[in-house]
Amino acid sequence: MENQNIENIQFPKELLDEVQRITSLFPEGKQKSALIRVLHIAQAHFGYLSAPVMDYVARLLLIQPIEVYEVATFYSMYDTQPVGKVKLEVCRTGPCMIEGAEKIVSYIEKKLGIKDGETTEDGIFTLKTVECLGACGYAPMLQAGEKFHEHLTEEKVDVLIEQYRLNPVANYMGQE
Amino acid sequence: MSEQIQQIKVTIDDQTIMVDPGTTILSAARQIGGNVVPPAMCFYSSLKGSGGKCRTCLVEVAAGSEKDPRPMPKLVASCSTTVMDGMIVKNKSSERVLDARKGVVELLLINHPLDCPVCDQAGECSLQDLAFEHGASHSRYEFERREFDQIDIGEYIKLHMTRCILCYRCVYTANQLTDNREHGVLKRGDASEIGTFIENSLDNEFIGNVIDVCPVGALTDRTFRFRSRVWYTKPMDASCSCGKCSGNAVVWMIGNEIARVTARKDKYGEVKEFICNDCRFNKKELSDWKIEGPRHIDRHSVISANHYEKAAPIHTPLLNKA
Amino acid sequence: MSRKLLLNNVHVEGIHTYDVYRKTGGYAAVEKALKSMTPEEVVEEVKKSGLRGRGGAGFPTGMKWSFIAKPEGVPRHFLCNADESEPGTFKDRYLMEKIPHLLIEGMILSSFALGCEQSYIYIRGEYMYVLRILEKAIAEAYQNGWLGKNIKGSGFNLDLSVSPGAGAYICGEETALIESLEGKRGNPRMKPPFPAIQGLWQRPTVVNNVETICAVVPIVNEGGEAYAGVGIGRSTGTKLISAGGNINKPGVYEIEMGISVEEFIYGDQYCGGIKNGKKLKACVPGGSSVPILPHYLVCKTAEGTDRLMSYESLAEGGFATGSMLGSGGFIVYDEDQCIVRNTWNFSRFYHHESCGQCSPCREGTGWMEKVLHRLEYGHGKIEDIDLLWDIQRKIEGNTICPLGDAAAWPVAAAIRHFREEFEWHVKEPNACTTRNYGLVTEKVFEKVNA
Repeated sequence: MENQNIENIQFPKELLDEVQRITSLFPEGKQKSALIRVLHIAQAHFGYLSAPVMDYVARLLLIQPIEVYEVATFYSMYDTQPVGKVKLEVCRTGPCMIEGAEKIVSYIEKKLGIKDGETTEDGIFTLKTVECLGACGYAPMLQAGEKFHEHLTEEKVDVLIEQYRLNPVANYMGQE
Repeated sequence: MSEQIQQIKVTIDDQTIMVDPGTTILSAARQIGGNVVPPAMCFYSSLKGSGGKCRTCLVEVAAGSEKDPRPMPKLVASCSTTVMDGMIVKNKSSERVLDARKGVVELLLINHPLDCPVCDQAGECSLQDLAFEHGASHSRYEFERREFDQIDIGEYIKLHMTRCILCYRCVYTANQLTDNREHGVLKRGDASEIGTFIENSLDNEFIGNVIDVCPVGALTDRTFRFRSRVWYTKPMDASCSCGKCSGNAVVWMIGNEIARVTARKDKYGEVKEFICNDCRFNKKELSDWKIEGPRHIDRHSVISANHYEKAAPIHTPLLNKA
Repeated sequence: MSRKLLLNNVHVEGIHTYDVYRKTGGYAAVEKALKSMTPEEVVEEVKKSGLRGRGGAGFPTGMKWSFIAKPEGVPRHFLCNADESEPGTFKDRYLMEKIPHLLIEGMILSSFALGCEQSYIYIRGEYMYVLRILEKAIAEAYQNGWLGKNIKGSGFNLDLSVSPGAGAYICGEETALIESLEGKRGNPRMKPPFPAIQGLWQRPTVVNNVETICAVVPIVNEGGEAYAGVGIGRSTGTKLISAGGNINKPGVYEIEMGISVEEFIYGDQYCGGIKNGKKLKACVPGGSSVPILPHYLVCKTAEGTDRLMSYESLAEGGFATGSMLGSGGFIVYDEDQCIVRNTWNFSRFYHHESCGQCSPCREGTGWMEKVLHRLEYGHGKIEDIDLLWDIQRKIEGNTICPLGDAAAWPVAAAIRHFREEFEWHVKEPNACTTRNYGLVTEKVFEKVNA
């Protein structure tokens, strides 16, 4: 993924259909409204939002590349640099802090040998602390892909890291 | 009867004026002129959508209107608040305004490099003027300042992001004057920056105007950088016949050489006629221009401080060319 | 004794599916409205109900609806704000995940009332799995004729879809939400013009919170007056409270407005008391933005009366001794928690979430975080406390959108009530990194007229 070239960046047919479906949810000429969702799809498919990927999205939605760069760098869920296959995003805000988010972060850091914001050498895990994920009653918690892992303990962290190591696909839906 | 617009009354710092409906407080204040005019770092009359961001033009509305004379609870941005009939506004006569403005200046300066001695904008910088008039003499900020590398965006324009106050004027300029905007605001919060994301040069033929709209030294003319301090140059109104723009500009002279070319600005620092890149960056020979006479710089900066235009006419052959 | 209007059936097996939702009385309100009510009558019922915005501001919903402009030939839009991101708040996620059709039913009713034919649910990007639940439910609603053209032969058309954000608290502000839905950065717009005049794509638009929209369903079913009969005073109906922090039973509770705070914290059917038998130190009753209350102002007001779970009672005493119901993000702190650390944590949040558009918020939030960090780690100076007070004062009220206020208020309230704890951090720089201060001294307040 390191050297992404604009020539070989192309969504497969089913994703192009999905882009078409999303664009059709908005009135004629308002296709830019699909941008945020299409960027999620691009990030899931290509791993991260490189400049060529963003240029591709700009062409799909008939907008200027800078309009995509502005959006991609504004929202915290987008990565414009390469990341691991599984992002472990630990909530660090308010109630999660009270319930021990910092201990969970240190535990993951020690276990994976990386610091907040870093990626493991095998390219599987990236650890990232994030702001409130709306799970305050089930703290501490982390999000991996679309999945929320709540009421975390060190033992639970061990289990989920093992799971993801064996099957590093975090983009399936649903909760625990 | 001819359709006459019913004018409405607004009072700013005890001075009353009649204005058209839809006029903003700032615009009404500018019609009065003088001390009642709030400073504006981001608003720019000719740029649609500009304003509201810097918060230096905050004023107090002591009475909303004749009909509803209640005061507005919060200070409002005078650049984007329209006047109502009978509105009473306090600018410099309001302690709250002065206090808030001082706060805004302090906040604008906490991450500003204060590198005025080496900044090309020094002497014609809105932030310098603002800090001088409304700021405190020292900062209470004791942490590291935000820094960015300076970059060349194209062969003509230098971006010194560290100095930027994120007024967005250059973004609106590119949006409204050029076909394809290539730069914008990236990231967010205090990490926000003006940029192109990928190394990209801005080369639209009107993009040079971003230099003129920039209130600070964030966007400067690479063909002028460090050639001279601005107060050693002599601005002259000049014109040329240009197919792309009006050709009405100001040439800034050092002796008989043209050090730089800018558009003509009014007393609030706003360009009235934007000029093309060709006029700005490429026409640096005296023969390119018809010199009309000394430029009246109607601002309190060092450029006008020496009142050179009132002194004896400059004895250069160029005036004779005019 | 407490009535439930939204979560009555939340524990019914399969309530997230169309069939079960329908069998338990779902879509009856839409049937009723489309058959026997005009859009104006629906608006009227909502006005009568006294329903107020459940996202945090508490603005009367019926009044908000009545502001929408209706220029000839211009489409209007109804938007659901599902960008729930206020720290301490997780009720909307619960509603959407458990009973997605309740929100869809509320969307149909509200869109009908406002004459909108294209409505959107804007949901925070981190809730992508909830978006998928909603999309499934929306597909079911289309299949069963509750969405689309000529719904149930009424002549009313409605298209509904979900659109995600991608990580930005600011998009919960309605004009930032609109910008984001247009595929842009979430920079709040200058107001006026208000969305009711120029909103999504410059068309008249109303934005309401998930819980607010869901509440329209019981209002139409039972009538506005019946709804207004629940609750207390101007705090009508029920409210979902997200309870978290050091309590025995964190979770989402539907309460009738007007139960006492004491009952909510200590009652077995709610939070079940402070965890591990500890003492209550402080409480943030309405999400991170609202003022924190010290232990002696949580269950009682400064006047000594019982504090109730209502807009008015939680605000009693103004900011001097009161707080706000806000979004209902109820965070409880026990005696082992550090207020300086918590304030720093919240400041870091607002610093991270500032859009950067206007200068007081962009620069001020970062400055406050840095000063608070210094205090928390024992490197602070006594002047830092007044400096913080001054910075928050320079931000509050001077920004484009309410994020500035939201960042300023927690800092102001922490200093107002816990100044001695801040001072202790300066005087005991070593102790403050190894242990916590404990409870603060109870202050006697002069009678404050709110």
